[in-house]
Amino acid sequence: MQLTSEEWSALRLSFQVGLSAVLASLPIAIVVGYLLARWNSRGRWLLEMVVNLPLVLPPVVTGYLLLVMFAPRGPLGGFLEERLGVRIVFTWLGAAIAAAVMSFPLMVRAIRLAFQAVDPRLELAARTLGASRAHAFLSVALPLARRGVLAGCVLGFARSLGEFGATMMVAGNIVGETQTVALAIFSDSNRPGAEMQVARLVVISILLAAVALLASEWLEWRQTSRETA
Amino acid sequence: MRRLSFQCAHRYPGGFALEARFETMLGVTAIVGPSGSGKTSILETIAGLLRPRFGAIEFGEQKWLDTRRGIYKKPEQRRVGLVFQDHLLFPHLNVERNLRYGRGRRASSNSIEPRRVIEVLELGDLLERYPRNLSGGEKQRVALGRALLSDPEILLLDEPLAALDETLKDRILTYLERVVAEWHLPTLYVSHSAREVRRVAEQVIVLEQGRVVQQGAPADVLPADYSSL
Repeated sequence: MQLTSEEWSALRLSFQVGLSAVLASLPIAIVVGYLLARWNSRGRWLLEMVVNLPLVLPPVVTGYLLLVMFAPRGPLGGFLEERLGVRIVFTWLGAAIAAAVMSFPLMVRAIRLAFQAVDPRLELAARTLGASRAHAFLSVALPLARRGVLAGCVLGFARSLGEFGATMMVAGNIVGETQTVALAIFSDSNRPGAEMQVARLVVISILLAAVALLASEWLEWRQTSRETA
Repeated sequence: MRRLSFQCAHRYPGGFALEARFETMLGVTAIVGPSGSGKTSILETIAGLLRPRFGAIEFGEQKWLDTRRGIYKKPEQRRVGLVFQDHLLFPHLNVERNLRYGRGRRASSNSIEPRRVIEVLELGDLLERYPRNLSGGEKQRVALGRALLSDPEILLLDEPLAALDETLKDRILTYLERVVAEWHLPTLYVSHSAREVRRVAEQVIVLEQGRVVQQGAPADVLPADYSSL
């Protein structure tokens, strides 16, 4: 299967956007997932609602809100451009932010479930052995929840690869700059005579998703087999 | 031997009230009483895992809790070795790393040698194994060893034998007696069994519905025909 340079660049961008989105949101997703699993106060439902909002909002609306925020004269975009010289809108960074926001609820959900499965008394045991709260989290809760964290990353990455609506709003659909595989499929499917290109990109999308899932399975298997050895 | 002074008043959301007060010059002091009389809550309050509304705990010269003066030492600042009824070994760490978990976390003289703990509790053959591959009795020995190696100044044992059958109970009691003889650690021992208490304790505190109703030597407090409490 011979890919054109445009298709290669869409593929490279998809990876770049997906990985950046997952890596950037992972620390926050871990903290939020842990809080949602352990926190019993009234503020929990509010946090849960904010986290899940992108899941129920039309992606175009999420994209629009991000566009307003990160536009060169927007509250965050202005600051980033003036102080740091970083432009978000219509760049791959915009696509990564859109993907991060859209995949965040899925990551948090997987991570929260993993922390809920960890007995909180194990952390108390760690504290009676001299560990601070933070250390008990890092040395007990997080390693025990790692499969869920990993599953969250895979889900987030797969969701990022498929992100379309919000990305289109924030990053546009610029070949070689912001056109990911999903956007390329959209463009090519509107172009008469590009059926083969579309078919190639569709096959690539399916393969990528399958490889991501296999990789996570393999990592899980490796960790489990070490523990039982 | 150091003096432990404990007083606490706390009402739990379910309505149970713990209003206990006692002092002991510790060798091995047993806390006995029916289920739900507050035995575990007392240990968890001493360990700092429960923070009562009102209370004061002094151990030797140290003040661990004084709600009137706003003093509350965190669990990791208290140097207690708490052995839970369900052992709470860290499932992702092998026996050796479980034992080492609390080692060196607290600024202390590390007077308890790992080699000696492994000898006394006969843990040498278990070091590479994971908790899921240990029997109930082995788990409790490892939990006891882990608590000892965090270099505690006081041992808190919460019904460590409850889940074991009679033959195993006898064996673990022998290990416990060895530990007490070897390190002379002040120990609070929560138990349901009059037989265990007679065998290991020098002092007995009897609880009923969250209150101390009796305190004294086992022979004075436990009627001769009592086998379980």
